[in-house]
Order: sequence, then structure tokens, then C-alpha cells
Amino acid sequence: MAFDGPTIAETLRRQGISRRGFLKFCATTASLMALPPSMVPAIAAALEKARRPSVIWLSFQECTGCTESLTRSHTPSIEGLILEQISLDYHHTLQAASGEAAEAAREAAMRENFGKYLLVVDGSIPLGNPGYSTIAGISNLEMLKETAAGAAAVIAVGSCAAYGGLPAALPNPTGAVPVSAIIKDKPVMNVPGCPPIPVVITGVLAHFLTFASLPELDAQGRPKVFYGESIHDRCYRRPFYDQGKFAETFDDEGARKGWCLFKLGCKGPVTYNACATTKWNQGVSFPIQSGHGCIGCSEPGFWDMGPLYKPLSMPIAPVQMMVGAAAAGGAIAGAAMAMRNRAAKKSAQAAHQKMTVDDLEKAK
Amino acid sequence: MPSTDTGAEHGNALPILNEIRHALARLLESGETSVIDLGALPMGPQDEAELLAALGEGEVEATINAGGPSSVRETAFHGVWLLTHRNEAGETLARFIEIAFVPELLMSQAEDVADSAAELAKKIG
Repeated sequence: MAFDGPTIAETLRRQGISRRGFLKFCATTASLMALPPSMVPAIAAALEKARRPSVIWLSFQECTGCTESLTRSHTPSIEGLILEQISLDYHHTLQAASGEAAEAAREAAMRENFGKYLLVVDGSIPLGNPGYSTIAGISNLEMLKETAAGAAAVIAVGSCAAYGGLPAALPNPTGAVPVSAIIKDKPVMNVPGCPPIPVVITGVLAHFLTFASLPELDAQGRPKVFYGESIHDRCYRRPFYDQGKFAETFDDEGARKGWCLFKLGCKGPVTYNACATTKWNQGVSFPIQSGHGCIGCSEPGFWDMGPLYKPLSMPIAPVQMMVGAAAAGGAIAGAAMAMRNRAAKKSAQAAHQKMTVDDLEKAK
Repeated sequence: MPSTDTGAEHGNALPILNEIRHALARLLESGETSVIDLGALPMGPQDEAELLAALGEGEVEATINAGGPSSVRETAFHGVWLLTHRNEAGETLARFIEIAFVPELLMSQAEDVADSAAELAKKIG
């Protein structure tokens, strides 16, 4: 479907874009991927060989915020991306097909591009009972395992797919786990954020389609180019932090002068994301610039990180409770609940067996 | 839209000006060009205004219409160029400061010249 077509450079040329226009495209793509301008020749060379990959996007326990974010990307725009650079073969919100036709399209794309398509996932996967979240009667767990089998790489977009996110917040009633807790035999890249910055999502897609590989990842599987530095280390208000000039309330003199928001609960020092440089809404602003501290949305377990407006330097709970909270977050809770419910899961685990209401009744 | 500019000066413009100074020295010494991606640096609204005011406007202003309009402006400092790339919808894609005798994108590309040579030959027979 996608891999026999023209290269991306050829596609641009056929649209009447000159070599100069192509180099401009490479320069802006480099900036978008947070790569240095010196990489432009390498990008040009790569795009001369790259073909439009097939992309399958699976949405599980999510709020659709990540898709909303993706469609706000202006560079490349979602239209540009879909029409020129990728073959988006399955996406609940954006696809025209629905029902059987949609599932058939997904299965056809998987067959025709086996081993080469890119799998993007948003939303967490419930292990407490697979019936909590299903698509066309297929549990998220089964669909993920089935679709990942033929993927070249898996990208977990958003904090839910990367860490479990909101569904996994205490007490994690659905046993929600991230993609990385289930897929162990494929490269998984985490692109966290609640949601991630629009151009960060398209930036990592652009990286894959340019170089046919994932960018360099940190210990949590996040691309270093976007998540390599903390908000604090790139914050333009850092000079005020260093000078000890803090806003004490949201409307005092310090707040009006744009002083550091540490005392108002800013989680910037422990949060890794590109908000301070890439910013939001085409570079207009980001929470701190608009006067509100960072809430740490691209970090694991941020929903359980304590009150939004309490400074990082103050303890959020008695030490015992904190240790329990840390252990209960994320994949560990999901796995524990999964073990408890294993008997109930047996019927759903049979190859591609669809869940019925009866299965849900039995699981109780 | 309300402004997020508190008017505070954070001092983030000076390091960039220093980087430009070193890049100009390199350009004179060895002809090596440099590009600074403004999207990769922490800049508050006041910092950017400070930087652009410090650089000023020079003698050259050009527009490149390729996949949307890009503006190329030489600052008051010769060899220091400000490039703003936009798409067809006019949205800003990227902004660079290029330190060079002439920005690369202003030059005609060999591939395009070859195409044009063939086209012209065909046109005039």
C-alpha cells in the first residue's frame, strides 16, 4: 500500500516544489525534530530515500486529548502529514470508515505492510478486566498484542500510553498499564504529556519517516531531543529563581513582574518536556509564561504527585503513605491486579476471542 | 489576545548575542557559516524583543516563496541574517539566525538551475 510509492522527496517534487523549497522543508523539519541545523544535509539525503510509511493509530483508555493535540500541529499540518508523508490507515477520530469497514482496513494495512508499519497508541490498557475497554468487541490487550506483532516500532503517545496516566492514578480501578508493560519484543518510544505538545507528536513521526528509525531515547524511552532537559533548566524565568525572586500569590507584585513560580507549586524542576522552548500554540506561550506553574504532566504518576499549588520543597504526605503511593503507581499496580484477576481473564485470552456480556458477568 | 509579556528582562538575549559574535569571527577566519535555531532556546517575550532590537535592520530584505513565504532580512550587522519560515497559511514554522556571507536558501540551487536550463532551451527552441 505505502512502500512501493514515490519517495517523500519525489512527492514534494511532483507537487512543483523546487530544490530550494525542498531544502526549506528540510530546515524546518530539522527544527521541528529539535535537531541542529547542521543535520539538514542528512535529512535531505534521508528524505530522498524515504517512502510514506503505513501508520496505524490505536486508541484505548484515552480522552482523545492526544488526537486533539496532534490535529493542532501546524508543522507539518495534519493534512500535510496525511496527504504527503504518511499513510494513516487506521484512526478512530480521523478516518472516514467506521464499523466493519474500519476494522477491515486495519487488518489489510497490517497484512500488506507486515513488519514495516508504525503503530501509534494513545490511552492506557486495562488489565483488571479486559472488558473494561474494547473495540469492535476485541479487548485493548488483544488488539495491542495482535497489531504490535507486525509493527516496525511502537510509539506510545501521551502519558496514558506511556505511563498509565489518569486511569492509573490511585487507586487504579481498571488495572490500567502503559504500552511498555505489555509490549516487550518491539522498540517502544514514549512520548508523554497530557497531552504532548502538537509539534512534538508530529516531530517524532517526522523522525521516523525521515530516518526509518526511532530517535535516541532516554532511560524512560522518551526521545532525548524533546525530553532531554527539564522545564526548569530551559525556563526563561530561571534567572529569577536563581536570584530568589518568587511570586507568593497569583496576583502579587512578583506574579505581575513574571517572577519564578516555584512557591506556587511549579513542578518544572522535576519535569522533562519541551514546553519551555518549543512552547504551545505555535510557540505563543506555555503555562509558566502564562503565569501558572508546571503540573509535571509528562512525568510518570503526575496525578499522584501531590497538590498542584504546593511547592516541591514541602512533603506532600507522611513518609509511610508516600512510599505506599509510589509503589502503587503505574505498572506494578496493574500487574498485581492482573494476577488477581487471571482466572477471570482466561476466556478473553483465547486467540482473538470477542468479549460478550456473559464474559463480563462471569468475571465478577 | 491578552499578552503574557510582563515586561521583565530575564537576560536571555545576551548569550545569543555572544554566540553571534563568535560565529562572525569564525566566518571571517575560515568562511564557516553558522545557524542558530531560535526555537531551541529559552526566550521570554521580552528577551526576544530585546534580541531583535539589538540586531536591528540592515540593507537587505527578501521574500522566498517556496512552500509558503519565508522572509530573509539582513540585520544591521552585516553577515547576520534573520530567517523566518512560514507555510502557505502564514503560520511560522521555524526561525533562524544565519551567520553567513549569504544565506544558503537565497542562492539558486544547482538542481533547479539544471531544470531551468533545459526548460529555457525547450522554450526558445
